[in-house]
Amino acid sequence: MDELLRDFLTETGESLDRVDAELVRFEQDPNNGAILGSVFRLVHTIKGTCGFLGLSRLETLTHAAESLMGKFRDGMPVTGEAVTVVLSTIDRIKAILDDLEATQQEPAGSDADLIGRLAQLALQEPPALSPPQMPVGQTAQSGRSEPPRNAALAPDDDKAAGDGAEKPPAEAGERLANHSIRVSVDTLDRLMTTVSELVLTRNQLLEIVRRHEDSDFKVPLQRLSNVTAELQEGVMKTRMQPIGNAWQKLPRIVRDLCAELGKEIELEMHGAETELDRQVLELVRDPLTHLVRNCADHGIESPAARLAAGKTRAGTIRLSACHQGGHIIIEIADDGRGLDTERIKAKAVESGLAGEAELAGRSEAEICNFIFAPGFSTAARVTSVSGRGVGMDVVRSNIEQIGGTVDLKSVAGSGTAFTIKIPLTLAIVSALIVEAAGERFAIPQVSVLELVRAGGGADHRIERIKDTPVLRLRNRLLPLLYLREVFRLADADRDSGFVVVIQVGSQVFGAVVDGVLHTEEIVIKPMSSKLRHLAVFSGTTILGDGSVIMIVDPNGIAQALGRAAQTAQAAESVELERSEENVADDKVALLVFRAGSQRPKAVPLSLVTRLEEIDCRRIEISDGRHLVQYRDQLMPLLRVDVEGGLKSEGAQPILVFSESGRSIGLAVDEIVDIVEDRLEIEVSGNRPGVLGYAVVKGATTEIIDVGHFLPQAFEDWFRHRAAAKTGSARRILLVDDSPFFRDMLAPLIKAAGYQVVPAGSGAEALAALKSGSAIDLVVTDIEMPDMDGFALAQAMRQEPAAAGIPIIALAAMVSDDTIERGRAAGFHDFVAKFDRPGLIAAIKEQSADFTRAA
Amino acid sequence: MAMQDDGEEIDYVTFRAAGQLFGLPIARVQDVFKPSRMTRVPLSGPEFAGVLNLRGRIVTAIDLSHRLDLPSRAEGKQPMAIGIESGGESFGLLVETVGEVLKLADREREPNPVNLDRKLARVSAGVFRLDGELLVVLDVDRVLDLGIEAAA
Repeated sequence: MDELLRDFLTETGESLDRVDAELVRFEQDPNNGAILGSVFRLVHTIKGTCGFLGLSRLETLTHAAESLMGKFRDGMPVTGEAVTVVLSTIDRIKAILDDLEATQQEPAGSDADLIGRLAQLALQEPPALSPPQMPVGQTAQSGRSEPPRNAALAPDDDKAAGDGAEKPPAEAGERLANHSIRVSVDTLDRLMTTVSELVLTRNQLLEIVRRHEDSDFKVPLQRLSNVTAELQEGVMKTRMQPIGNAWQKLPRIVRDLCAELGKEIELEMHGAETELDRQVLELVRDPLTHLVRNCADHGIESPAARLAAGKTRAGTIRLSACHQGGHIIIEIADDGRGLDTERIKAKAVESGLAGEAELAGRSEAEICNFIFAPGFSTAARVTSVSGRGVGMDVVRSNIEQIGGTVDLKSVAGSGTAFTIKIPLTLAIVSALIVEAAGERFAIPQVSVLELVRAGGGADHRIERIKDTPVLRLRNRLLPLLYLREVFRLADADRDSGFVVVIQVGSQVFGAVVDGVLHTEEIVIKPMSSKLRHLAVFSGTTILGDGSVIMIVDPNGIAQALGRAAQTAQAAESVELERSEENVADDKVALLVFRAGSQRPKAVPLSLVTRLEEIDCRRIEISDGRHLVQYRDQLMPLLRVDVEGGLKSEGAQPILVFSESGRSIGLAVDEIVDIVEDRLEIEVSGNRPGVLGYAVVKGATTEIIDVGHFLPQAFEDWFRHRAAAKTGSARRILLVDDSPFFRDMLAPLIKAAGYQVVPAGSGAEALAALKSGSAIDLVVTDIEMPDMDGFALAQAMRQEPAAAGIPIIALAAMVSDDTIERGRAAGFHDFVAKFDRPGLIAAIKEQSADFTRAA
Repeated sequence: MAMQDDGEEIDYVTFRAAGQLFGLPIARVQDVFKPSRMTRVPLSGPEFAGVLNLRGRIVTAIDLSHRLDLPSRAEGKQPMAIGIESGGESFGLLVETVGEVLKLADREREPNPVNLDRKLARVSAGVFRLDGELLVVLDVDRVLDLGIEAAA
């Protein structure tokens, strides 16, 4: 591409982003001469350059816009209509530029429509009374909102408006043209790599000199060391960008939202100059945009409601950023209605995230945090504003992915504030260097909760439930894995070592290592493309002594636990593990126990929250039911069958299940083992509470249906819910080729008050639909042999009897790509396969739509 | 190819793995080094000897014998590494010995003999008949094309 043209495109792109931001503030504060001047100059500059490059269509358009802007500058009052037309013009300019970039030619077409409107507005007579103008050049201090830094122009700048001087993008208003140059990001990245290498070499030299006491190298090396540190800091600085770059599009977004929602919102931005690494900046851009949209859509009330509540007509969204330690803190606050905790509670119960009793004991803050739960916000009404298929759970997981946290404070009636804390850079992270079977590995500190010494006389010891190692840590049963075993370096024959307690999403587990060496700030180097398929590693790094070690990906090793994780993210990693090695195909960790009869019984371990032993004397009997005080609540105790279970003295082993937020205890005689095996239910159960029989490690085992016991314990609650649904139970067609999933999901859906019609294949599903068995909703797996979910959706559209029925897809892995494909195929919603609360929420939403439509 | 009929000569770096003589156009060779302080990568295939630090670059070492299913090097014998670059990443091919650089005329390069071992044939860009020995010209990109085989 012509270099001149490329420079023009880059510069114009930056200028346009700024015009967007400036124009919105201009509308809010039309009397601010400084902003007006700045906008005018930007348009003028674009126009000037277009003329120079012979881009006539762009020139004509910008000329018309400039004429109107000139009128404003001369004192014509600014109307909302005018700003809208100018914004449309800018959109058009962007479209032309996009074409220009792609084809290197100005696209054909006419802009007469916009030019006409621009000219018409420019010709309008100014009102008889001159509007209350402030003197040109007045800065924004007297404005209603504190303007972002780059809006504060020096007063005399305005006079220079017409000279078409180019302005540097970094800080408007200050002439820095001579002090800054444009450097490509690649160059900076390469520089960063080189400096990292220099740092490592320096570390090596220091280590050598340390061994030779009276070395002549000592002093010069010290100097080298200092210079290197300065250089490193300097290069890091070049990669830093002001957070304001990620905010640039927000004023426009908020403005458009206001127009769409009929609200009045002021966007305040503070600390836009706070800098952070450009890589982090890119990753935080989308979550921030989503949060601001959310504030505008859900937080701020309509003007009428605000006035009624004694507030100002216009709501305020306040964005601020500041540095704190090695982190940047970003706050997004609104002065709207705050979160409605009652509604959240209702929704949490409705979507099966928690039970009412459990919610009663929770603080407001804990309840508010439910909005981050998967499947929560997606179930809310889908507006074009905040329902773009992205929920707050995605916001949180995106932020957590870069080692950040997001917190939420809400005061009913006066507003909500989100606080995001993220590290300044991702290139260098703090890591724990551990040893396993003689090899060293780095574990990123962000995911490490604590270190526990186990065995060898320490307080904690590694226990085994037959072959599965666990650690009892503060009343919690922590599943363990041995790093040496996960990496197939050696057998896990040790009962002592250090347990690195790691948190991945909501999953907490311990990784047993032989030793913990030290912590080190490591420079992350990407994995070789040939090794990237190893999910257990996220990268490599070079230590101070020059050796290369692997960086452990906590997400990756969590898969080794073989547990069906709850989050979509974890489900995704499980999927990865499957595709890469054909081991644990449908393997499930099962907890095998005995209760009553001698025949072993089992439940999927992922359903068990805890294993406890309680003193029999603590068991109370009330109303013929067994109860025990457990964690400040009364927990019902149930028996698997009448013969077995409750002892009269000594310690009573129980399995604690916390489905739907409520806990129940299942009394058992003995916990036998935890095994990992394919779970194929071969004979279905004929007794309630038994899903069926399967061969687990060679023994016929009863697979217990936990879903059966929950309603038994909370009869009242379920009966209440069921009563509301009687007679109107909707029929759901559940399509999955795996009998295991069908059997797992069917009771869950039934418990939520629906009728379930199971189907083992796409063909079976179609047959059921054609037979006219009044199906209200289809829930289907995507990956199935012969006819997959996409094909089923397409076939349903061809079938008159089935065409209008909503379809929810169960995906083992939800990627943007699948969602896109699914939408096209006609899926109404996507739910991760392990996200059971999400599934119920989606079913509710879809069947609610159905009710409305009917 | 036809353009090179005038007998253009190419320099080949020669080396041996499992006794077989190989050659690599010198333009593809970054450096030749003695690998040290190699870190094993758990769960990687046998063709991955490990990763190592070569002047601040992380080099992925690939054991050529394993890669081609040739008998492995004698234990305890220090291998040599041919440093190559591909797709912006550094790789080291571990071999037994590195020989001299040979200048060979391109027109003397012959297609693979039909009975050449299949694994070998796949990474061979032709052979040269030297005095009493065959030199297999390695196609580096195919040597590094591990992904397709792993997936198959």
